[in-house]
Amino acid sequence: MIMAVKKSVPVKKVVKIPPQTAQNMRVWKFGDDIDTDAIIPGRFLTIYDPKELSKHAFEGTRDEYAKKVKAGDIVVGGRNFGCGSSREHAPLALIGGGVNVVVAQSFARIFFRNSVNVGVLPVVCKDADKIADGAKISLNIKKGIIDADGKQFKTEPVPEFMQGIIDAGGLVEYAKKLKEVPVCTKSRA
Amino acid sequence: MGATIVEKIFSKKCGNDIRAGEVVMAPIDGAMIHDITGPLAIQKFYEMGGSKVFDTEQVILLFDHQIPADSIPAAENHVYMRKFAAEQGIYNYDINEGVCHQVVLEKGRAAPGEIVVGADSHTCMYGAVGAFATGIGSTDMGFVLKYGALYFKVPETIRAEVSGKFPERVGAKDLILSIAADIGADGATYQAIEFAGKTISKLDMAGRMTLCNMAIEMGGKAGIVAPDKITWEYMKGRRKMKSFELGSDEDAKYASKRTYNVSDMEPQVAIPHNVDTGVPVSKVAGTHVDQVFIGSCTNGRFEDLEEAAEVLGKKKFNRNVRVIIIPASRDEYLKTLKAGLIEKFVKAGALVEAPCCGPCMGGAFGLLAPGEVSLSTSNRNFKGRQGSTEGKVYLCSPATAAASAITGVITDPREV
Repeated sequence: MIMAVKKSVPVKKVVKIPPQTAQNMRVWKFGDDIDTDAIIPGRFLTIYDPKELSKHAFEGTRDEYAKKVKAGDIVVGGRNFGCGSSREHAPLALIGGGVNVVVAQSFARIFFRNSVNVGVLPVVCKDADKIADGAKISLNIKKGIIDADGKQFKTEPVPEFMQGIIDAGGLVEYAKKLKEVPVCTKSRA
Repeated sequence: MGATIVEKIFSKKCGNDIRAGEVVMAPIDGAMIHDITGPLAIQKFYEMGGSKVFDTEQVILLFDHQIPADSIPAAENHVYMRKFAAEQGIYNYDINEGVCHQVVLEKGRAAPGEIVVGADSHTCMYGAVGAFATGIGSTDMGFVLKYGALYFKVPETIRAEVSGKFPERVGAKDLILSIAADIGADGATYQAIEFAGKTISKLDMAGRMTLCNMAIEMGGKAGIVAPDKITWEYMKGRRKMKSFELGSDEDAKYASKRTYNVSDMEPQVAIPHNVDTGVPVSKVAGTHVDQVFIGSCTNGRFEDLEEAAEVLGKKKFNRNVRVIIIPASRDEYLKTLKAGLIEKFVKAGALVEAPCCGPCMGGAFGLLAPGEVSLSTSNRNFKGRQGSTEGKVYLCSPATAAASAITGVITDPREV
């Protein structure tokens, strides 16, 4: 197998907290059922470094993405974004290219959680299909509003129990601050 | 109001009444990592300050996606995981046993009523023994390795009630492709699918595994079959435990109830590039195929290979088709070997490989060139899943795969 990788052992990098507000983000628009094989094909799964992974993001699906994606860009999908394999390489491949927000009409469950855990903010917006490729987006998570080329759309709040993980900057940071694990204690959904 | 089997599993584990929609930090009975997602999970475990895993007996560690190592980075990942296993004192199945999900079940590492997680989306297969099992990412797995617990939003359940008798050469794979086409690729997101009804109560463990394996293809968090006589029989010799009653109450609240009858079902084929596209084989019969793959966690068991061999009979595979057959585990390989089927497959022109994920991994071997078509008994036909994004993957049962491997075109297994 041909590998564009120097080291296969995972990098020790703590990801930054996703922005709660952001301005003028360029949209990379995708359709429904974008699976994690499309985000990062199986042949690159020995790579764990986000930067290296990002070089192969959407390879064969949309080749210009990896060449042109810039820090602060945003990926927008339709329904069931991130379906398929549990590979965390998928949100890592987005982070490596500087994308730390994904907006979609709906997300596949494992991708949603992986994203929150590694510091990509998944934002549910039922009108995401109305956002055009190349649009400029401004985002205000607290207010629950996306502005895409002057049109405003509502976003849905993240489940409460996951907000703590987002606020901590991902599950690793959250876990580090955890004094004890509240096994069998219910949390608010 | 009664409870679903999933609500009962969480409630029993935690000793209080837990219902769908509630979020709970639940204790974990088993945690599986493999060579693709394992290294990152281990890294996250250390980043979280982990030094010893929560329980060495409950961690299942093996390699199946890239074995024997197909590249230097893959070999390095294996070394990394071997060191972790040795350092922690975790038993390492290494490259010897086969595809993770098959191994977890046949080694008795998942059992009725347990909560098991795996860093692989098809972990939902362990629902075949009445466990609540779900696939998670590497960071969640790092958390599990450290704490032995994980946050769950307890899912609602879709009840799939199946009746009727399977016609000849129609089975569990045809049923699940047909259910996926009905429910849709995201129709079960955040939900569990419980397979029940007279047909399921007669279905063997291999078939139940095929069904539960593909719950994720509808977005399902878990697939599950309530444990019964067949389940407890399967558990014998795999796990020392007494049988007990576990099942949904009659008045349990379901997200939805769906009914299926298999008596008139045709063999099904899912067309590229989504799993919820199942159509009767007659709709795509005659489609040229370049490669046929019979194997994977979905359909690499002895029962699957036996059915393929029955369809094959005394015929040969088509010389224009690359036929790749991979038993799902060492045990399944041995059963296939002892039954003389491997010799039969090899003589008919197939490549029989050692247990692993094979072409379904989309990176190790058996990749498609642009324009090529694969017919596969595995679980995903996404663009690029088996190589080039300009290749096509169709999904089907072992019987349909074998029939098509003989003719070189997609073929109804009842017509060869």
